[in-house]
Amino acid sequence: MHIDKDLVAASATPLVLGILADGESYGYAILKRVNELSGGRMEWTDGMLYPLLHRLERLEYVKATWGTSDVGRRRKHYAITASGKEALAERRQQWAVVSDALKQVWQDVQPGPAVAEGWA
Amino acid sequence: MSEQNANDAGPAQQTEPAEHVVLEEQIDLWRGYVQRRRAISAADVDEMEDHLRGQVSDLTASGLEDEEAFLVAVKRMGNLDEVSREFAREHSDRLWKQLVLVPEDPGDGGRWRELAVVLALAVGAGIVLKVLLAATTGNELVLVRNAVFAVLPFLAGYFVWKRHVPWRVSALLVAVTTALALVVNLYPFEPGEFDAPGMTEFLAITHTPVVLWLLLGVVYAGGAWRSSARRMDFVRFTGELIIYLALIALGGGLLIGLTFGSLSLVGVDFEPFLGDWLLPFALPGALLVGAWLVEAKKNVVENIAPVLTRVFTPLTIVMLVAIFVVLLVNGPLTAVDRDLLILMDAILVLVLFLLLYSISARDPLAPPGIFDWLQLVLVGAALAVDAVALTAMLTRIAEFGFTANKVAALGLNLVLLVHLAWAAWLATGFVRGQRAFGAIERWQTQYLPVYAVWAAIVVVTFGPIFGFA
Repeated sequence: MHIDKDLVAASATPLVLGILADGESYGYAILKRVNELSGGRMEWTDGMLYPLLHRLERLEYVKATWGTSDVGRRRKHYAITASGKEALAERRQQWAVVSDALKQVWQDVQPGPAVAEGWA
Repeated sequence: MSEQNANDAGPAQQTEPAEHVVLEEQIDLWRGYVQRRRAISAADVDEMEDHLRGQVSDLTASGLEDEEAFLVAVKRMGNLDEVSREFAREHSDRLWKQLVLVPEDPGDGGRWRELAVVLALAVGAGIVLKVLLAATTGNELVLVRNAVFAVLPFLAGYFVWKRHVPWRVSALLVAVTTALALVVNLYPFEPGEFDAPGMTEFLAITHTPVVLWLLLGVVYAGGAWRSSARRMDFVRFTGELIIYLALIALGGGLLIGLTFGSLSLVGVDFEPFLGDWLLPFALPGALLVGAWLVEAKKNVVENIAPVLTRVFTPLTIVMLVAIFVVLLVNGPLTAVDRDLLILMDAILVLVLFLLLYSISARDPLAPPGIFDWLQLVLVGAALAVDAVALTAMLTRIAEFGFTANKVAALGLNLVLLVHLAWAAWLATGFVRGQRAFGAIERWQTQYLPVYAVWAAIVVVTFGPIFGFA
C-alpha cells in the first residue's frame, strides 16, 4: 500500500524512537523492524532513514556509537537517551489524541471501500 | 538484533569468493557514486553500505541472484538526489562550500559576471579611498577614522548583490553605519600628544571595525542573521578570508619589493606611486578579491584552518602554562598596567579564535576525542592566566581609578571571560559524554552579537562618559 509521504514523515520519529526504546539497534535492523511491525505495508525509502537518525542524534534523542558487525564491517549503533524517551512519551500522547479523533471519525463515516481507498 | 544478519555477505564471500566478485565490484561502484555527493560523508557511506549489504544478503538468502539482489537493494535505498538533499538539510555545514558554487544560472557566464562585479566594487572602493586620501592630506587621523567606512560598504555591497538581501535590511544597516560614521567624525574628541589620537578617539577608531564587521555578517547571512548555521558560516568566512588575505599580502609584498628594488637600480623612486596610487587600490582590492576567492573556492583553504588550529592548540597551551608559571613565580604583579590587560585580551582572543575555528571545522556528530580534551585544557589554561592577571589589575584599578582605556580593556576581558568560561563548562559536559556537541556550537554563535554590542557601546558612549579625553 502506498502511504502518503507526509504521513510517513510524521510517524517516522516516534516509530524509530519506539523501536530504539526496546533496545539498541542499527539502521538496517530498524528498517526491518518497521517492516515487521507494519506487516510489510509501510515502505520507507531506506536511504531516508539515515538523515532522520542523524537528526535525532543532533537533537540528543539518540546516542550513536560505531561498532563492528559479526563479519567485521563498521556499523553504527543507536541507543535512545533520556531526552529521547521524554520526546517519545510526548509524541505518544500526541498520537493518542490524533488516533482517538480519527477513530471517532472512522466510526461516523460509513466505511464504503471506495471512500477508505481514497483517504488512505 | 545482530543475529538477524548472521547470513551476511561476509562469510559467504569467504567460502565462495568467485561468485561475489561482481557484487563487490558493483558495491564499490555504488560507493564511489554516493561518495561524490558532498552532503554525504564517508562515514555515512559506510553506514549505508552496511545497510545495502544487509539487504543484499537477506535478498540472496531468499533466493535472488547477487545482481538482482543488488539492484533491488539499491532501488530501495531510494533516489540518491532526494536522499542527498535530505542529508544536506540535516548537515548544512557540509554543503556550505557547495551552496555558493552553484550559481543561479549555471555555466561560466555567472562566474565571470560575479568576478566583474567584484572588480568593479574593488575599483569603486579604491576611488573612494583615493578621494578620501586626497581630501585629508595632512590630517591622517581623519583618514584612519574613515578608511573602514570607505571600504567595508563595498564588500557589503557584494553580498547584498550576491545574496539578494532584502532592501529593508540593507536600509537599516546603511542607517546604522551612517550613524556610526557621524559619531566617529562629529564627536569633539580631544587630540592626544604629538598628533596622536586621544584615548577615547583611539578606542572609537579601533572598535568601529568590529561593529561594522559584525554588521557585515548580517549581509553575509542574506539577512538571516538569527540562524546559527549562517552565523557559523560567517565565522568560517572570516577565518578563511584572513588566510587568503595573508597569502595575498605575502605575494603582493614580494612583488612590490621586487619592483622597488629593480626601479631603484635605475634611479626611479617608486614610493610616491606606491603610496598615492597602488596601495589605495590594492588594499580594498585584496579584501574584495579575497572575499570572492573564499566564496568561490573555499574548499582549497578550508582544509587549512583545522590543520592550523591543531598545530597551534598544543603550542598555545605550552605558552599559556609558561606565562602562568612566570606570573606566579615572579609575582606579586606590581608593575602591571593596562598593557598587561590588553595583552591578556589578545591572548583570550587568540584562544577564542583557535576554539571557534576548530569548532566550525569539526564534524558535530564525531564522538569526543583527544583533541576535545586538549581544547578544554587550552581554555582552562587561558582562564587561569587571565584570573591571575585580572586580580592584579583590579587591585591596581581600585588604587588608581578608571580611565577609558582601562574600562575598555577590562570590559572586553569580561566579555571574553564569560564566552570562554561558559564554553569550557559546555565542553566539560561534552567530553564527559553528558552533552552533545551541538550545544557548544550554538553557544558560540549565540554569543557573537555581544561583541558587536560591546564595541558599539565603546564607540558611542565612551566619548561622552570620559569627557572625550
